[in-house]
Amino acid sequence: MSVSSISIEPNGSKPKHLTIGRIGLYCFILMCALFFLMPLYVMIVTSLKDMDEIRSGNLLYIPKTLSFYAWPKAWSEACTGFVCEGLKPGLINSIKITVPSVIVSVSLGALNGYALAFWRFKGAYLFFGLCLFGAFIPYQVMVYPLLKIESAIGIYSSLPGIILVHTIFGMPILTLIFRNFYASLPIDLFKAARIDGGNFLKIFFYVIIPMSTPITIVAVILQVTGIWNDFLLGLVFAGRDNQPMTVQLNNIVQVDFGVAEYNVDMAATILTSMIPLAVYFISGRWFVRGIAAGAIKG
Amino acid sequence: MQSLTKNLASKIALLPMIIISLTVFVGCIIYSFVYSLTGSKLIPALNYVGFKQYEMLFKSRKWDVAVENIFIYGFVFTIGCLVIGFLLAVLIDQKIRGESLFRTIFLYPYAMSFVVTGLVWKWVLNPTFGFEHSMHLWGFDWFKLDWLVNRELAIYAVCIAAVWQGAGFVMVLMLAGLRGIDDDIWKSLSIEGIPKWKSYLFVILPMIRPMVVTSIVLIAAGVVKVYDLILALTSGGPGFATTTPAMYVMENFFSRANLGQAFAASIIMFISVVCILAPWAYYEFYYRNKEAKA
Amino acid sequence: MKKLISILFSLLLPLSFTSASKAGGHMEAEVIHWWVSGGEQAAISKFAEAWEDMGGTWIDTAITGGDNARGTTVNRIIGGNPPTAAQFNISKQFVDLVEQGQLQSLEEVASAEGWRDFIYPPELIETCEFEGEFYCVPVNIHSAQWMWINNEVFEKAGVPKPNTIQDFIAVAPKIQEAGFIPLALGGQPWQEGLMFDVVASSTLGFPHMAKLYRDKDVEAFRDGKMEMVLQTYRDLNSFIDEGAPGRLWNDATAMVVEGKAAMQIMGDWARGEFAVAGKEAKVDYDCVIPGKEKYVALGGDVFVFPKNSDPKVKDIQLKMASMMVNPTVQANFNNAKGSLPMRLDVDTSAADACMQMGLELIQQPSAIMRENDDWNSPAFTSAWEDIISEFRNDPNYSVSAAMDDLEAVLTSGL
Repeated sequence: MSVSSISIEPNGSKPKHLTIGRIGLYCFILMCALFFLMPLYVMIVTSLKDMDEIRSGNLLYIPKTLSFYAWPKAWSEACTGFVCEGLKPGLINSIKITVPSVIVSVSLGALNGYALAFWRFKGAYLFFGLCLFGAFIPYQVMVYPLLKIESAIGIYSSLPGIILVHTIFGMPILTLIFRNFYASLPIDLFKAARIDGGNFLKIFFYVIIPMSTPITIVAVILQVTGIWNDFLLGLVFAGRDNQPMTVQLNNIVQVDFGVAEYNVDMAATILTSMIPLAVYFISGRWFVRGIAAGAIKG
Repeated sequence: MQSLTKNLASKIALLPMIIISLTVFVGCIIYSFVYSLTGSKLIPALNYVGFKQYEMLFKSRKWDVAVENIFIYGFVFTIGCLVIGFLLAVLIDQKIRGESLFRTIFLYPYAMSFVVTGLVWKWVLNPTFGFEHSMHLWGFDWFKLDWLVNRELAIYAVCIAAVWQGAGFVMVLMLAGLRGIDDDIWKSLSIEGIPKWKSYLFVILPMIRPMVVTSIVLIAAGVVKVYDLILALTSGGPGFATTTPAMYVMENFFSRANLGQAFAASIIMFISVVCILAPWAYYEFYYRNKEAKA
Repeated sequence: MKKLISILFSLLLPLSFTSASKAGGHMEAEVIHWWVSGGEQAAISKFAEAWEDMGGTWIDTAITGGDNARGTTVNRIIGGNPPTAAQFNISKQFVDLVEQGQLQSLEEVASAEGWRDFIYPPELIETCEFEGEFYCVPVNIHSAQWMWINNEVFEKAGVPKPNTIQDFIAVAPKIQEAGFIPLALGGQPWQEGLMFDVVASSTLGFPHMAKLYRDKDVEAFRDGKMEMVLQTYRDLNSFIDEGAPGRLWNDATAMVVEGKAAMQIMGDWARGEFAVAGKEAKVDYDCVIPGKEKYVALGGDVFVFPKNSDPKVKDIQLKMASMMVNPTVQANFNNAKGSLPMRLDVDTSAADACMQMGLELIQQPSAIMRENDDWNSPAFTSAWEDIISEFRNDPNYSVSAAMDDLEAVLTSGL
């Protein structure tokens, strides 16, 4: 496995001249980008206005008077109930929940996908089918049995409790995406490794995992997003000392009775999504072409 | 005994999946069925009422609308995400400048919890002060975008916001697949002089079939469970024009404190999902494998 | 890789231990509630401060959205990790919990302090009493039957302010001609239901409403008056703007505050929106209770105390219940919240003009109206609400079809 064969940019040189096709391509991409960016634009613009302007003005206009009031309030001053510390307190908890949950659920998904793709045994697919079925169940339906089970084991309302819950909820889809990815790899690769004397674990660690980067990125994006933004499962299973910041976020933005400070809402939402966005942006380095090819040749 | 120890490592590895599938997933279906035969209100209680919950379910106007909506939403959302996701993935695959930036732009909606983005879409789609209002201010008096408050069209407005949120992730899945394709294949395609769009549609797309399948399953799971998005955007309204089966289930759990009804509705959802999923799963995993081995 | 994981875990463990050791203070109480916004937050702080003055530790678990908060409470009770106290509404929401023996009886402190003597109105006692024992403590009264009026808009339109819904319908066309939206509404099912109840109650009177909601009297339902009410309700549609569906209640209030709309039918919590915008009661805006006979709808909040195997917890719970009905605490809490207190001997001098109206009115026993929520389970009230909401939004949904569907809910036994 030669590391040097992993390219950081897509292979090939960038086309040097702009053909009509190229211009058309960029135009189209820019138009799509505008559509996608439009709500974010509204959110940023709103977060920089004061409430009077929001109430009376046009939501697409740039703020007449720039106001940064909303941002520090969202981060450290917004009141939810008795506590007036904004989003900040929940940040550590969210990290405490997300990092282990992502690691455990993605690892388990990869292991499952690997076993199902290359080491099938009779009845494996039946269980996989049952597992996949779990992806379609609305979560509250699963909460009751999980409550009882976790209570019986004694990990209800604790950090391991919420990690287990996130792992369970993530298992169906993660297993599926890893299994499908591995099933699309050339089978000769696997056969060659077996001939070379590899067993279940060795092949997993030395052959399969290095090739799994693109799909692992996808899995991590999926889990980081889902777990970071989760709020109801955290409320019920994490225990009162481990409440994620989404509880505070929801308390700030989803106000039933009372004055809605839309600028603070927007600021709070943008702040909360910084972490997943950072993950998306950084993941680019590993979203490359040619790893599979490199692996075969290397 | 020998067949039990054969492939032992794999069996041990899959043990968590097996245990979870049986105790949690199958367990919760059994749990739901048992309690769907009760008159449970706020908390699960074993007061047997036979199939009364199902009777009420099928008599409910709201459930009819919900079922109709899930088909419309399912169809539009799935096609929307697949087409746009694939298109965006292909575009990004063209070695454009600022790829990381564009990828994040298309993916960021997925990162934002829908409570607030739903609110923003509600503003944008609101006829009184949203995009329609802005267009009027700019002089385009004829412009109308009041789908959200229109009983017939509201579900389509929901689809727009939903595709905006989900297409990015499908794009990423497809991109992962595209990136797995060997450069040699591209070289041979260009040597044979096949135009790019044809290569993508007829050669590459079949090659990333597993990714397409994965995308469809993910999208389908999202369709079945969609709740937060619609709640934020329309509260299921106008009236209950945009309600879905999952919303029906959830509101009976939460605001209506009618667990028996919620469990009954979920059982019907399970049965429907199984009816669609099982034949496909059989085809995908047994039939195609048999073919491949032959 | 393995080393990385072990480092991560070793980093996490001390964190979780520290937060665990914070717990275990004297008289510690965890309270689940949904009062997360501005004025509400100020209100719950009064409880928290009073508790801490008593030497207790208040652990605040604020969860936005009544449904989420109540759902979490129920989930945690089932899972075996209940909070010390949990908020519910004056309603039948928590009846199941009482019947299944999940709530702590408050009879000890209720008898000792003579709650039955000072809780006012006495209807509140009925909400909390089961088989002769108190299972919840009412903490405030919120009423829904208000018309919030922008004085300037009515002046500009040159029409008199209405005293009843029918008055309003008479003058609404003129308001429209003057370029204003007569009625601001947020088109969410609960708001549509609330508006319907106000129209029905102000037109039919409380005794008639009790026959429907409490007695499920089908004859009274079919005596011809309800069709009239439904028609009136539908007539209001012509005075509501097309952007109403999905609108939040406070956005509708904002329309009245800014003078875009003339009136909103909403509960007394709308007052807060006017206050924040600097408007003065009776000067800039007016609050009118519609109907020839004025009444006060009895909505509001209660706290319940889930049973706990630890006897120390029971002690804490009874102390907290006692604290919540204390006259000084009640004064502070309700002034901050903008609601009416659940006893008469409370200092309400800080209340504004509109709240004073409510306080005066509630002293007349005949003016007190219990709501649908108070008589019926959430399943019943929301099935009823569904029909009302559909009726408002679907012009093809005939009055007679709506009557049939409503009757089905009345007789459904939900």
